[in-house]
Amino acid sequence: MTTAAIELRGVCKRYPFFALEDVSFRLEPGQIMGFVGANGAGKTTTIRILMALVRQDAGDVELLGCRMPDEQVRAKWDVGFVSEEMKLFGGATLAWHLGFVRSLFPGAWDDRYAARLLQRFHLHPGQRVKGLSRGERVKALMLLALARKPRLLVLDEPTAGLDPVARQELIGELMEILQDEERSILFSSHNTLDVEQISDQITFLDRGRIVDSGDKEVFFDRWRRLSLELPEAVALPDVVGVVDVARSGHTAVVTANAFDDELPAAYQRAGATLRDVQRMTLEEIFVATVMQKRKERGA
Amino acid sequence: MHSELTISQADSRPMYLQIIEQVRRRVAVGDWGPGQEIPSIRALAASTRVSVITIKRAYFELEHEGVITTRQGRGTFVSENVQLQQDLREQELDQHLAKAADAGRELGLGTKELEQRLREVVRKKEETR
Repeated sequence: MTTAAIELRGVCKRYPFFALEDVSFRLEPGQIMGFVGANGAGKTTTIRILMALVRQDAGDVELLGCRMPDEQVRAKWDVGFVSEEMKLFGGATLAWHLGFVRSLFPGAWDDRYAARLLQRFHLHPGQRVKGLSRGERVKALMLLALARKPRLLVLDEPTAGLDPVARQELIGELMEILQDEERSILFSSHNTLDVEQISDQITFLDRGRIVDSGDKEVFFDRWRRLSLELPEAVALPDVVGVVDVARSGHTAVVTANAFDDELPAAYQRAGATLRDVQRMTLEEIFVATVMQKRKERGA
Repeated sequence: MHSELTISQADSRPMYLQIIEQVRRRVAVGDWGPGQEIPSIRALAASTRVSVITIKRAYFELEHEGVITTRQGRGTFVSENVQLQQDLREQELDQHLAKAADAGRELGLGTKELEQRLREVVRKKEETR
């Protein structure tokens, strides 16, 4: 097996009012993973553990084959990290920041790429950081991380606070990076549209636990919403792969997470008429997954 | 290479199907000729801003259908089959006809009546030409 860009095995971290429990997932080189969760689900905590800003209580973390936090110095040469919490020097210009990061990563920094990104993101080297808008600040942080061409990018809510045009510019840049098969990206978001568009892998986190993780295309193939019409006397059978049935009068809406052709057939044999089978958006899939897992855990 | 393919999140069809359809369309109208090189998976992912895995799936199915071929280390090409353009256009026609047949069946029309309707449409088209 090749070295994973990211590998977490059984990671736990306890706080007085929050716990990350048994978090495991793997990101292969050359792929983008969208890390999706509600506010407070534990996305930022997981990312802070990945970046060795917080030490896990238990479990193994590896970035590009380096054990974290012990080998963080080696790992961080090749990992770019962007989070909104990051500080820039308010009084200094963007040009000063470019020079600073360049001096830290002399071999890796790409001047031409930095110049292109400045243009793409409509940023000016002479701008002082404290005069930047929220969106410009995010783009400046992104530029500083991208221009040294790390093999792995870890982005905490990169599109939050960006207007639609800036978001598309950023997404375009991320996709450009992926033209190189050795480079990988993990980004957290609660914007499921961004995740749906560019991710190869998707991981859902809720209340400190992974509730699902896998290949995006498989997610979309598995989930369906069925509309059924049925005579009053007909009882709907229990069907494997169904997570929710909402029945009212002569209609029922069935949500399935393991859809195949056999599934509607089972209802038809029971006397129901199939009116419609619909694919679900990532947002609908995310909400259905979270509700199902919360119900299971509550029971 | 600019692909000129665009995918829409408002489209109810999954993204990989949109890609398949647009590649077939480019070949059907002759913009992408037999043997012509087309964007690699990663290049198309970058230009459409759609995940690599989605493009991979679309290319896999297009290859399976015989529309494109991948030569290891060389790139991805439209199939050399010169009949392909004609075949794809005929497939498109068949899809339209299948829809018409479905609509006819819903209206309770028989095969004879449906044929009559088609003749009628063709006649009207020729008159207005």
